[in-house]
Amino acid sequence: MPKRVNKLSYEFLKGIWDENPVLISLLGLCPTLAVTNSAINGLAISLATGFVLICSSLLISSVRKLIPKQVRIACYIVIIATFVTIADRYLAAFHPSISKDLGPYVPLIVVNCVILGRQEAFSAKNNPWRSTLDSSGMFVGFLLVLLVLGSIREILGSGSVFNFQIMGDWFIPWMVMILPPGAFFTLGILIALVNLINQKRAK
Amino acid sequence: MMELILIFISAAVVNNFVLSYFLGICPFVGVSKRISSAVSMGMAVTFVMTITAVVTWLIYHLILVPFKLEILEYVTFILVIASLVQLVEMFIQKISQPLYEVLGIYLPLITTNCAILGLALFAVLREYTFIESIIFGVGAGAGFTLALVIMAGIREELELAEVPGIFQGAGITMIVAGCLALAFMGFAGIS
Repeated sequence: MPKRVNKLSYEFLKGIWDENPVLISLLGLCPTLAVTNSAINGLAISLATGFVLICSSLLISSVRKLIPKQVRIACYIVIIATFVTIADRYLAAFHPSISKDLGPYVPLIVVNCVILGRQEAFSAKNNPWRSTLDSSGMFVGFLLVLLVLGSIREILGSGSVFNFQIMGDWFIPWMVMILPPGAFFTLGILIALVNLINQKRAK
Repeated sequence: MMELILIFISAAVVNNFVLSYFLGICPFVGVSKRISSAVSMGMAVTFVMTITAVVTWLIYHLILVPFKLEILEYVTFILVIASLVQLVEMFIQKISQPLYEVLGIYLPLITTNCAILGLALFAVLREYTFIESIIFGVGAGAGFTLALVIMAGIREELELAEVPGIFQGAGITMIVAGCLALAFMGFAGIS
C-alpha cells in the first residue's frame, strides 16, 4: 500500500519543513531565542524539549480516551510538567554545567507552546504510533532550527562552533550576535529566507 | 527601600522580560498590532503577574519548603497559574463588566504565557522575600506592558511602510524587536 506508507512518512516529514514549529507556526520562540547563543546550548535545550515532547505525546495519545474533555488541558499540563521535572533533574545531576547555563529555560519547557500545541492538535485525536511519528518530526524540525540559529550566532558572535575555534585571528567577534538583539535579527532573517524559498518553490 | 526600587527598575527596563529574557514572546508578536489592545494585554498580564508572585511565594515557602516537596515546584506552579487565571477571569466578570470586556479575551491566553511561569521561577531562584517578590511581579508586568506598547506603536507606523515581500509579517517583527532590544541594552549597567 504505497499511499499509506506515504501518508505515515508525511506525519514525520511535515514537521521538518511544511509545518516547522518555529519558522512556519512561530511556536516555542522563547527557548529558540533565549538559549541559542551557542550551538551546544541550542542542542541541549532541543534534546530536553524533544524528550518531553515525544514522551508526553506517547503517553497522552495512549490515554486519550480516558481523559475527560473538559479538563484535558490541565491533564496535559500536569503530564508535561512531570516529564520536564525528570529532564531537569537529569540535567542537574549529570550535566551540571549545561543545566546552569540553561537556568530557568529548562523548567520553562512546561509552557513551550510547541508541546501543548501538538498534544491538542494531534495526540488527542491520533493513535500512539502516529503521534510519536508526528512529535518526532516536530522535534527534528525544532532541533534543526535551533542548531542553525545557534551555529550562526556562535560563529559570528564568538568565532567558534561547538566550542571549536573556526575563525582565524583576523576575525573580530560581533558581540551583539550572542546578546539578545542578535537572536531577534538572526531569526528574522531566517524566517525571511524560508519565505523566499517557499515563494520560489510555489512558482 | 533603595533595594526595592532597584528590583523594580531592573525588572522593568534593565532586564526587561521580553527583550532580554525572551519571556512572553508569543503575545508580544501576536497582540502588538494595535496600541489599544497592547495596553489591555499589558494590564491583564501585570495584574496576573502580581497575583502570581504573591500566591506562588506563599505556596512555595509555606507548603513546598516545609514538607520538602521542592521537586513538585513546576507541577504546582503551572497548576496554580492555570487556576489563578480562571479565578481572576471569573472575579473580574463578577465585579466589573467593562473591565472584563477589555481584558476578557486576553486572560485565557495568559496561562500559556511563559513570562508568568518565568516570574515565579525567577523569584524562587533569586530567593526574593515576600515584599521583593511583589515588587518584582509589578516591575516585570510594567516592563512587559512597556515593550508591548512601544512595539505596537512601531507596528502601527509600519503598516504605512513598504516592507520587502519576504520580510512581511513575522520577519520584520523580529527585526524591529531586535532594534528595540538593542535600544534597551543601553539601560544595562544601571543596576
